[in-house]
Amino acid sequence: MAALKHMLSLGWDEVRETQDRDSMPTLTVALERLHEALEVLKRDCGFETVTLVTAIDHSPSEPRFELIHQLLSIQNNDRLRLRCALRGDHPNAPTCTDLWPGAAYMERECWDMFGIRFDGHENLRRLLMPEAYGHHPLRKEFPHQGIEPDRLYREWERERIQRAEAKTSQEGAGL
Amino acid sequence: MGSLKEATTRDDESGFMATRVNELINWGRKNSLWPMPLGLSCCGIELMAMIGPKFDIARFGAEAARFSPRQCDVMIVAGTLTWKMAAAARTIYDQMPDPKWVIAMGVCSSSGGMYDSYAVVQGVDSILPVDIYVPGCPPRPDALIDAIMKLQRKIERENPIRRVLEGPQELDESGTGRLDVPANSMVETHRMGTYKTDSGLRKDQYTGRSREKN
Repeated sequence: MAALKHMLSLGWDEVRETQDRDSMPTLTVALERLHEALEVLKRDCGFETVTLVTAIDHSPSEPRFELIHQLLSIQNNDRLRLRCALRGDHPNAPTCTDLWPGAAYMERECWDMFGIRFDGHENLRRLLMPEAYGHHPLRKEFPHQGIEPDRLYREWERERIQRAEAKTSQEGAGL
Repeated sequence: MGSLKEATTRDDESGFMATRVNELINWGRKNSLWPMPLGLSCCGIELMAMIGPKFDIARFGAEAARFSPRQCDVMIVAGTLTWKMAAAARTIYDQMPDPKWVIAMGVCSSSGGMYDSYAVVQGVDSILPVDIYVPGCPPRPDALIDAIMKLQRKIERENPIRRVLEGPQELDESGTGRLDVPANSMVETHRMGTYKTDSGLRKDQYTGRSREKN
């Protein structure tokens, strides 16, 4: 693999090639050098695009999370997957939005679904779930029917009824 | 004005019609149901087919789909309602003027369907009073036409003049009827996603919260 050869020539001894079942070329890098690796791959190996940023929850084993970047090189017709292990229940990872601004939504989704914070992301808000939602649905401990899925709606409903009642009493006072 | 007939006082030509006010109002209501198409997912396509020329609900007076809730009578929840969308759906329902009805189209809006998930409302009857449930995934337009006809039968049984004679009633949100059903005599309908406890309380199957009206 050309990318791996290039990285080895730059002295990346700890980078390992792993074999995934879909036979996509895959490299495993350490978290400390993840951003540097992405930068090298973009600059030297022609990976112009990041097509996927996601994670896997391997709970209860440790390291718990695995961050996945999938890169596409249009000029070389080549794809590459990067795996990176994250330790702890609330891990942080470096953002890659400075290299590929289009990764912003995928990192937001990753934060929303797994609770992985991306350092340096300019707008790390939830993408799909409501902002006040307190859980991360794709974590292993999250039940698939959810934890109080209607909580935010019921709070809104209470406010709505209170508003309506206040309005009615106001009108009554006016009469 | 030669082509128009002159006004006459003879009974056989002027004519009159005797009916009850309730019957007249219900006749008008049931034959001019204006739907609020809340097309949330694939059911919306079948909903459009129903409104279109092939299935043609103009035959039942319900073809005037309006995209302003202020002009609508019957809300058709067509598709998967998520909790994030629930507040919007409820707001649209509140903005519709009375009398209003709700059709839950498809299994997603009836019970959550295959989306047994944290994100999906397990039956829109937990936030809206539903009159008619339409099974199917998605239901054929024929099934929805059947629902419209069933709703017409239901409207025939309502008692709209009661509001004039007895003053405004408390609206019943239990899912069936409003003006003709006293608020405290909740009609027992099959309510999906709920179970009854020993003390008779109806609770949500998923959240365990009470679904009774307070």
